[in-house]
Amino acid sequence: MGASPVLDTARFDTVAVDAINAPDFSLAGITPLLCVFGAAAVGVLVEAFAPRNVRHPVQVAVALAGTLGALVACVLLAGTREVTAAQALAVDGAGLFLQATIAGLGALSILLFAERSLDPARSSFVASAAVPAGSARDRELMTAQRVQTEVYPLATFAIAGMMLFTAANDLLIMFVALEVLSLPLYLLAGMARRRRLLSQEAALKYFLLGAFASAFFLYGLALVYGSTGSVQLADIRAAGLEDSTSTLPVIGLGLLIVGLMFKASVAPFHTWTPDVYQGSPTPVTAFMAACTKVAAFGAILRLLYVAFGDSEWTWRPLVYGIAIVSMLVGAVLGLTQTDVKRMLAYSSIAHAGFLLTGVLGLGPGGTGSGLQATMFYLLAYGISTVGVFAVVTLVRDGDGEATHLSQWAGLARRSPLTAAIMTLFLLALAGIPLTSGFIGKFTVFRAAIEQGAWPLVVVALVASAIAAFYYLKLVVLMYFSDPAEDGPTVGVPGLPTTIVLAVTVSATLVLGVVPGAVLELAERAAIFGA
Amino acid sequence: MLSNYMPFVGLFVLAAAFALFSVAAAPYVGPRRYNQAKLEAYECGIEPVDQPLTGGRFPVKFYLTAMLFIVFDIEIVFLYPWAVSNEALGVFGLVEMAVFIATVFIAYAYVWRRGGLEWD
Amino acid sequence: MPETLPATGLLSASWLLIALPLLGAAVLLLGGRRTDRWGHLLATGLVAASFVLGVLSVVQLAGLAEESVTVDLFTFIDSGSLDVRAGLLVDPLSAVFLLLITGVGTLIHVYSIGYMAHDPGRRRFFAYLNLFVAAMLVLVLGNSYVALYVGWEGVGLASYLLIAFWYTRPSAATAAKKAFIMNRVGDVGLAIAIFVMFAQLGTTSYEDVFGSVGLLAGGTVTAIGLLLLLGACGKSGQFPLQAWLPDAMEGPTPVSALIHAATMVTAGVYLIARSAPVYDATETARTVVLVIGAVTILIGAVIGCAHDDIKKVLAYSTVSQIGYMFLAVGLGPVGYAAGIAHLVTHGFFKAGLFLGAGSVMHGMGDQVDMRRFGGLATKMKTTFVTFGLGYLALIGFPFLSGYWTKDAIIEAAFDKGGTSGWLLGGVAVLGAGLTAFYMTRLMFMTFFGTPRWEDGVHPHESPPVMTVPMIVLAVGSVAGGFLLTQTFPLVEWLEPVFGPEAEREHVIAPLLVSVLVTAVVAVGVIAAWLLVGRREVPVTAPARVSPVVTAARRNLYADALNESVFMRPGMWLTRALVWVDNRGVDGAVNGLAAGLGGSSSRLGRAQTGFVRSYALGMLGGAVIVTAALLAVAS
Repeated sequence: MGASPVLDTARFDTVAVDAINAPDFSLAGITPLLCVFGAAAVGVLVEAFAPRNVRHPVQVAVALAGTLGALVACVLLAGTREVTAAQALAVDGAGLFLQATIAGLGALSILLFAERSLDPARSSFVASAAVPAGSARDRELMTAQRVQTEVYPLATFAIAGMMLFTAANDLLIMFVALEVLSLPLYLLAGMARRRRLLSQEAALKYFLLGAFASAFFLYGLALVYGSTGSVQLADIRAAGLEDSTSTLPVIGLGLLIVGLMFKASVAPFHTWTPDVYQGSPTPVTAFMAACTKVAAFGAILRLLYVAFGDSEWTWRPLVYGIAIVSMLVGAVLGLTQTDVKRMLAYSSIAHAGFLLTGVLGLGPGGTGSGLQATMFYLLAYGISTVGVFAVVTLVRDGDGEATHLSQWAGLARRSPLTAAIMTLFLLALAGIPLTSGFIGKFTVFRAAIEQGAWPLVVVALVASAIAAFYYLKLVVLMYFSDPAEDGPTVGVPGLPTTIVLAVTVSATLVLGVVPGAVLELAERAAIFGA
Repeated sequence: MLSNYMPFVGLFVLAAAFALFSVAAAPYVGPRRYNQAKLEAYECGIEPVDQPLTGGRFPVKFYLTAMLFIVFDIEIVFLYPWAVSNEALGVFGLVEMAVFIATVFIAYAYVWRRGGLEWD
Repeated sequence: MPETLPATGLLSASWLLIALPLLGAAVLLLGGRRTDRWGHLLATGLVAASFVLGVLSVVQLAGLAEESVTVDLFTFIDSGSLDVRAGLLVDPLSAVFLLLITGVGTLIHVYSIGYMAHDPGRRRFFAYLNLFVAAMLVLVLGNSYVALYVGWEGVGLASYLLIAFWYTRPSAATAAKKAFIMNRVGDVGLAIAIFVMFAQLGTTSYEDVFGSVGLLAGGTVTAIGLLLLLGACGKSGQFPLQAWLPDAMEGPTPVSALIHAATMVTAGVYLIARSAPVYDATETARTVVLVIGAVTILIGAVIGCAHDDIKKVLAYSTVSQIGYMFLAVGLGPVGYAAGIAHLVTHGFFKAGLFLGAGSVMHGMGDQVDMRRFGGLATKMKTTFVTFGLGYLALIGFPFLSGYWTKDAIIEAAFDKGGTSGWLLGGVAVLGAGLTAFYMTRLMFMTFFGTPRWEDGVHPHESPPVMTVPMIVLAVGSVAGGFLLTQTFPLVEWLEPVFGPEAEREHVIAPLLVSVLVTAVVAVGVIAAWLLVGRREVPVTAPARVSPVVTAARRNLYADALNESVFMRPGMWLTRALVWVDNRGVDGAVNGLAAGLGGSSSRLGRAQTGFVRSYALGMLGGAVIVTAALLAVAS
């Protein structure tokens, strides 16, 4: 054996001296991230030092300032293309577009968090998550005016993690971002004010499965690093997969994909989605469904297009198959759901499949319109999703939100406006023309067809038709059924929810009727890397 | 190159086989005589605390302490390399570490203000 | 086609011609009851204004060197390579129609003020009438086939609304549906013709289409010609689509006069005359036009002999007379102008006859059965005189309108030469004789003989508001033919459109033709006197009659033919489709839905709620994913 290489002190010394150098750091390029991380840190301090009675408005203001500041920063940075922080972060068109999308949708979600006039208990969140469900203290808190304010820093951290996720140019940073965005979500999922046990169960399931998926990602990262010698996407790309005898990076890619697909709730890694969407507080569900989807697809796009863009022949058949499975699982399983939130969870799974259709629009040498199509779809889908869950928060009975489908019967007679708004979002999710969903589907299908994936598009159309059934079932239920005797009431939304509904409704219509400007923006932003 | 790792594979197989064999064989070959001590959870020699039958809870004080330890542990982990490379990193390193420590202290301040440091 | 120039002066305001009646229709329909009291006066005034404007426009047009102007209005359809501009074309041909439509239209509006005075739906009637005038003007003034089609469907709609004006009567509602549906059959032909033009030429404007007819294959031109003919047959009640026109008499009589005698039903003639360059290029299509014209002349005349309903007789007379016009335009360059001339004079005398019939009905308590008339000549003097003049004009009494214009057509038919010329000429002469017979029969049964009125009917002359238009039209019936053929020849006026009158050799001398036709007409009149005039007319139609009369009374079995050839197979097809839809399509859809639902619940069982099974699923997925990737990569 001879001398152990590990104990070769001479080598150790050289490594230690040369390893750490001051990295180049473009502070301007990461302003959006700094805004949100800063807001999150300030939020923690507010939580620590501000008196209880001013915390809520201050926290909402801080979180909104952070997200909207990030949105503005992204807009101001438009056109910037650089790789910074020791090659770990990419500031590029696609990253900024997706970061802006996440920041915007995040701001809307925070507005939903801040709604205080719908629930008699003043908030969707439990005042003290540590109090056991059903205990005397818990019942006492139900009627108290105390509200949970830690959700705002948590959500802000999650948004920061999501934005970092889409900007990560390095698998390790990507993993860190994955954890930063996941951990707050696990907590948020368990904080529902009503049906707390369901919420806690959802949180635990999400946490356990999320940890499982993170392990897959980490293992994949290790394998890729082991075979290519780098965690940076550009280096992985340079190493390539041309050497077909090397199976390690391929397995690594597979495990990375598993980890990311889990976050994007793509079948067959979707199993957590219905339970978690149903159990979580609805504003959190809106946040997860919209922002996490954007972030996860941002990372998927970056991983597949940048790190493995030259060897797309390896992952194309896999993504092809997963897209089909996801679309069909989401569409078919959604048919028999009786809970609105579960139904929307399956809708989210089906939409993940449609998004993968767009991901397949990558042509040889980085051509193709897959990136811009997927980005537009993410924006359109995210807006409609926040909107649709916002409507779900409005329909309530004595026990909180009335999410059973039968309770929505005849809603149009009780509240025509609410039913009309819900119908608009459902039509958008179904992809009916004159809504954003149609343009989104159209662009991703076109991108896929341009790369010859028309059989996939045929399956996608079939899946759309099946999924349209359950969207329209709810529409029919709202308009053509007699309302139940003791049916739910439609709450009068406060200012935050009203703003969210106004923004999402108008954006859904604008993106459906005059999408030209945004499509063009997505096209111009469809650039990865410097 | 992969062939160098063949002994590792052999070791894995051997270990797995041993574990499987032990688990599978134990019920057949081992005697089954239960007593109080055997049925109790193994807790490093400490008597397990009784849990209320109504779905009770157990204190997380140790857990909190462990988490706080990790916060500062990580801080130290990063402080060492900075100390070694201080010359090379210069002012950038100083500012960066200051920001890092400040960030960690935000977490500390939160724990302190929310009573995480109080034992009872 | 002569050069067309952009319109100047008054002509550039030609859109007002259409806009005025359209405004009337809009005001009356949208204004509701508020316009009940003065709506009819507004409608009449607007049509009259349109007429005055039309006259001034035509005067200006006559002064121009080119005598053909276009007015470009706006882009109607702009889709890819299809760019249809809405524009107007005012040339001698459309000018003739412009004056006929607005002129006769104004008279009939005036007449309707009296005729509809006590009808509760008067406002609605005038609104539809205005709508009709506007649509008809679009039809004739449009500068492309698409514009023509817009007007074509517009008049179809107005016709439908007006036939079903008394929609509470089942017969009126049925007649309206029949008219509309049979028109659809023709419209399909017109629409396909336009599609073919667009597909082959990329344009539908008259100027471009006619300019490039020569570039098309012979078969395509013939197809376009035949498809246009199908449209023309539907609108003009020509064989085999004639059955709707007599039923359309369920509408108020002014409607029959304006739409179903003078203007709308002649749109088919307009279409063929307008498409002269197309027909000039296809002998086959022209021959078909000739055959249809000749067959229709006889069908209309024969059926006209057998009916007792005064309006139905006039309706079949219209069918027959339009047959003459088709015959004329089918003859090609020698006949276009003759056909249009007959169209104009026919518009005058047939409108006059219908108004007269309306006046009779007005006086007889809405009775239409001629067996219940008789001896009205003394009771309704003005009506008798005006109706009589229209009658003489129609049968071709020497030197009245019909004599000039119908003889010109018969002459041209003979001049075609050969067997076909003799055949067509013979048919036309025979038709003239039959016309004389059935019209004389009508005269005898209505105005002469002993009164056979129902109890409680007191015939009286209509008010001046009704008789004045009749008098004007009677004057037109008397003098129109002479004016249009002798003093102010329409042939010359239309020269810019159809080219100079062709030199032709007369097979029979024109004088001889006149004598022959007059003789045959006299035979017809005498026969009517012998068979009807000198006998007592039974109040109920005799049941024991020859098979020919029975067939004629049954409209020569046209309805039975339609029923057996189109309706029954259509019903069978519909039933078969419904069956296939219920069993096949719905079954498949429902089965599919049930299958999906079933698989949904079966797959749903995998969603157990246990984290361990979820994790197992993920693990399985991860194994499949990596295995698949390895399979692809290696």
